[in-house]
Amino acid sequence: MKSRSLLATIVWLTVGTFAVATTLIFFVAPVDADQGLSQKIFYIHVPIALTAYACFGLGAWKALRLLFTRNERYDLESYTAVHQGTIFGALTLITGSIWAKASWGHWWSWGSDQLVLFLVLFLFYCAYFMVRFSIAEGAQRERISAVYALFGVALIPVSFMAIRLASDFIHPTVFKRSGPDMQASMFVAFCVSWLGMVLLAYVMYRVELFGKRTDRNLRDLRESSA
Amino acid sequence: MSGYASDVVALARKDLRLELRSRETLPAMVLFVLAMLVVFHFALPANASDDAAYGLLWVALVFTALLGLTRAWVPERTAGALDGLVLAPSDRSAIWLGKTIAAFVFLLVADAVALPAFSILFAPVGLAAIAGIVLASMGICAVGALASAMAAAARGREILLPLILLPLSIPLIVGGVGSSVSTEPSRYLTFLGLYDAVFALLSWAAFEYVVTE
Repeated sequence: MKSRSLLATIVWLTVGTFAVATTLIFFVAPVDADQGLSQKIFYIHVPIALTAYACFGLGAWKALRLLFTRNERYDLESYTAVHQGTIFGALTLITGSIWAKASWGHWWSWGSDQLVLFLVLFLFYCAYFMVRFSIAEGAQRERISAVYALFGVALIPVSFMAIRLASDFIHPTVFKRSGPDMQASMFVAFCVSWLGMVLLAYVMYRVELFGKRTDRNLRDLRESSA
Repeated sequence: MSGYASDVVALARKDLRLELRSRETLPAMVLFVLAMLVVFHFALPANASDDAAYGLLWVALVFTALLGLTRAWVPERTAGALDGLVLAPSDRSAIWLGKTIAAFVFLLVADAVALPAFSILFAPVGLAAIAGIVLASMGICAVGALASAMAAAARGREILLPLILLPLSIPLIVGGVGSSVSTEPSRYLTFLGLYDAVFALLSWAAFEYVVTE
């Protein structure tokens, strides 16, 4: 019960942070001189992307714990983190696509390394679920999922390097999203928004984990009573 | 020869001998890659540049590797041979290394047919491109031997392997295409070497967890 009241506190904290972040984004941070109003999505898009990385990292960390301790509770935690990461990854693709449409006029730009990276990661982590759900539940599934999650974090920097390298022969002129240095108020809005995203991811992670654990307990009960 | 190395050699030799006797995988890979090249001739517009052909060559090589790797664990799956191997008193990673070497040899044979055919049908293949192909084949076999062991544990294995392996092989394609079309291929070859080192180490360390129950 204690953890649930803590979760409720964090939910309210999340709501509060988002309210502050929205205020900062739209009323305090100045409108970007170059891109205008469409630049505001930066405060949403980049925090979402960073949160997705954090989720994938958490999933890999829990996977490592599973492989070392063989404690099955880490399996569910790793899976939930990867699931949240995939959700935030999909949101990154969607918000990035909207931003690309607003500022470059196309829904997709292969010149944006980060977006391409997310597309690769999104595909890779979607296959995680396909692999996981086609293996019978048990120790082997836990370990294969864990190894997969670890491969994912290794793939992130390697893919990023690859995409940087590829842009040399696909786009001869290196594309850079250059702009003026961020003003202090912009940076604060960005950080608050990021904090809100991390809190949101954490709340979603806890809620999903809670649901999954209840599910499992219920099934265990049913099996033991049958 | 130390115990580990002789285990690896024995396992790799077992796969090669099995293939020499049954001839199930290698002829299919060679025919497949040749058929792909013919398909490319019709897929490419008449005035397409050589660079486009090099790009497609890489698609052909990756798909051929996929074809070979899909069948990589078939002999082990029949009659529970994998259980026997896992129970054998050797390091489990030796199983992965033996399988990687066998898959690499198969792929090199397929490459050795595909490259002359490609240079006759489309465009000449330079030394840097060949080095890139060897390095990328190494990488895809290292990762693929592990990924196909993962897929072998699952239902619908034939479908799963490409889903796992294609996102993982994108860096290899970048390095490979870069080494074929770029004027300074050394960066791409270094990158391919880095990929091989990172993922071979990871697969080597992780394999035990994939096959043990």
